[in-house]
Amino acid sequence: MALLHVQDLKTYFFMRGGVVRAVDGVSFEVERGQTVGIVGESGSGKSVSCYSILRLIDEPGRIVGGSVMFDGEDLLQATNSRMREIRGGRISMIFQDPMTSLNPFLRISTQMVETLRLHTDLDQRAALHKAIAALEEVGIAEASKRIHSYPHEFSGGMRQRVMIASALLTEPDLLIADEPTTALDVTIQAQVLDLLKQRQERLGTAIILVTHDLGVVAGTCERVNVMYAGRDVESGTADQIFYDPHHAYTQALQKAIPSLQTKGDLLYTVPGMPPDLSKPVQGCAFYPRCPYPKLAPPDGPPPELVVLTEGHCAQDCQYCDRSKPIEDVLTSDVTEAFE
Amino acid sequence: MAKFIALRFLQGLLVLLAIYAITFFLVAATPGSPFSSERAIPPHILAQIEAFYGYDKPVLERFWTSLTNTLSGEFGPSAVYANRSVTDIIAESFPVSLKLGSISLLAALLIGIPTGIVAAVRRNTWLDYVPMSVSMAGICLPTFVMGPLLALVFGLILRLLPVSGWYGPEYIILPAATLSLYYAAYFARLTRGGMLEMLNQDFVRTARAKGVPEWTIVWKHCLKGGLIPAITFLGPALAGIISGSFVVETIFQIPGLGQWFVKAALNRDDFLILGLTVLFAALIVVMNLLADIAHVALNPRLKYE
Repeated sequence: MALLHVQDLKTYFFMRGGVVRAVDGVSFEVERGQTVGIVGESGSGKSVSCYSILRLIDEPGRIVGGSVMFDGEDLLQATNSRMREIRGGRISMIFQDPMTSLNPFLRISTQMVETLRLHTDLDQRAALHKAIAALEEVGIAEASKRIHSYPHEFSGGMRQRVMIASALLTEPDLLIADEPTTALDVTIQAQVLDLLKQRQERLGTAIILVTHDLGVVAGTCERVNVMYAGRDVESGTADQIFYDPHHAYTQALQKAIPSLQTKGDLLYTVPGMPPDLSKPVQGCAFYPRCPYPKLAPPDGPPPELVVLTEGHCAQDCQYCDRSKPIEDVLTSDVTEAFE
Repeated sequence: MAKFIALRFLQGLLVLLAIYAITFFLVAATPGSPFSSERAIPPHILAQIEAFYGYDKPVLERFWTSLTNTLSGEFGPSAVYANRSVTDIIAESFPVSLKLGSISLLAALLIGIPTGIVAAVRRNTWLDYVPMSVSMAGICLPTFVMGPLLALVFGLILRLLPVSGWYGPEYIILPAATLSLYYAAYFARLTRGGMLEMLNQDFVRTARAKGVPEWTIVWKHCLKGGLIPAITFLGPALAGIISGSFVVETIFQIPGLGQWFVKAALNRDDFLILGLTVLFAALIVVMNLLADIAHVALNPRLKYE
């Protein structure tokens, strides 16, 4: 059985202007020790899905449906005190911006020891020792001294190392990494990802990696879910997503990755903006931005996910003409942009 | 830190010197003198009086004498109340205002800060709406309405507390309540604002994701930062409240310092004006220095410069 099984998760935000369906029926599985990537543009519901797993959704947001089965237990039904045991104990989380995610008013030692004291029987001394060892493992020099520093005394990359070390202190079964490298320099990004990979191999932690960087996904994830407008549009192994993308959005995202061959050409960007999620989606949410020739105006419920091959499924779109390969449709777009 | 305090102390002395000089010359430049009254005083007697207080000397010389006297701790005689020096007046009435003020402020802190914290944590519930509406009223109602109102209810109708004078501890309650309501309201709103800002920070989400209980997040992760606005206000508030309130002292007939500020100005009591101004300025300078030290203690990102 999978370590985590998210089924038909729905998280809505009840705003004054209407209901924003930030996550509207997301399902995925994470096996023990596996790395699953969730990709999509900003506002596609990646982060909200992750916060929903740990029930870290604040008003006016609410999880309105679905189930989150973690090791046989539905987290959406768990009591608040049970959730506090799971948060930081069996499921940890690291965040996008290490500058603001660590408390600037407390020493690193206080923040790390706090996690251990909450989730283990270690006393203050033992917890501090363990925290120092964890910092050494993520490559912080003079950890026994530096642990008493405040977050602002560290660089961005070091802070993210501290975040990773803190999150893995309790050797959780699952680590949710919400865009852990977005706020970092490219060189530091690679280091942080290596570090995550390395720690994962040591501890056997499963990772959910949220990102909008497909390059990051390609290097680290075994499985990938592509999200658009609060839904899964495609999921499969990293190879399937990269070499045989089916959904027009996945294809467009993939075309937007710069490569060595595109040097000198205009970079392809997916035209338009993600849809307003406070309005119900008619048919395919990607329809207005889809590069394929339109066939019929979209109506009815969003397309179902269909299984394409073993482990690879995608929304089945019927509103656009998919007969030509994506390369042909896109080239015309780029020339148009030139003129 | 010692260097920072020493530097700020010197700065404070300069500020006080400047304030002293400005006050002195403003008072000296004002037409009339403490001794001009409706009743015509024979010129030779007036000359005697002026000679006694040093008013026959040139302004600069008077300034110098007065400054050196002040530096040696003697503010000079009251120009209106015979045989009483400014130091006597301050020594007599400052302790009264100090006592009333510190009790009021302490009460204000004890009520205002927890109220603000609870309102922020339980925002948009009745635990937020009710105290915040009351505090708005507390800020809007002037002391000259609040004071008589309290005196009327607790003194005259319920007959629980004395309404005027300054004798036993029960005499402190009504004036302290009048004073502290405004400050409590202010502290509640400042604390609520500061705490709300902290509770919306990313690190609160991190703490939740670590499984930290909600109230531990409040007092361990947010309180230090959330108190900063209240601490900023505390310095000047303390200086203001312990130097006495003319309105409250008049309503409740309290022999405090506040009334002297008004009397000194009305009577053209030059030395008293000068002495009180310097005292008040010194309080402000010291309290702001203390507030700055508290800031650094609360916020590790600040350093003494």
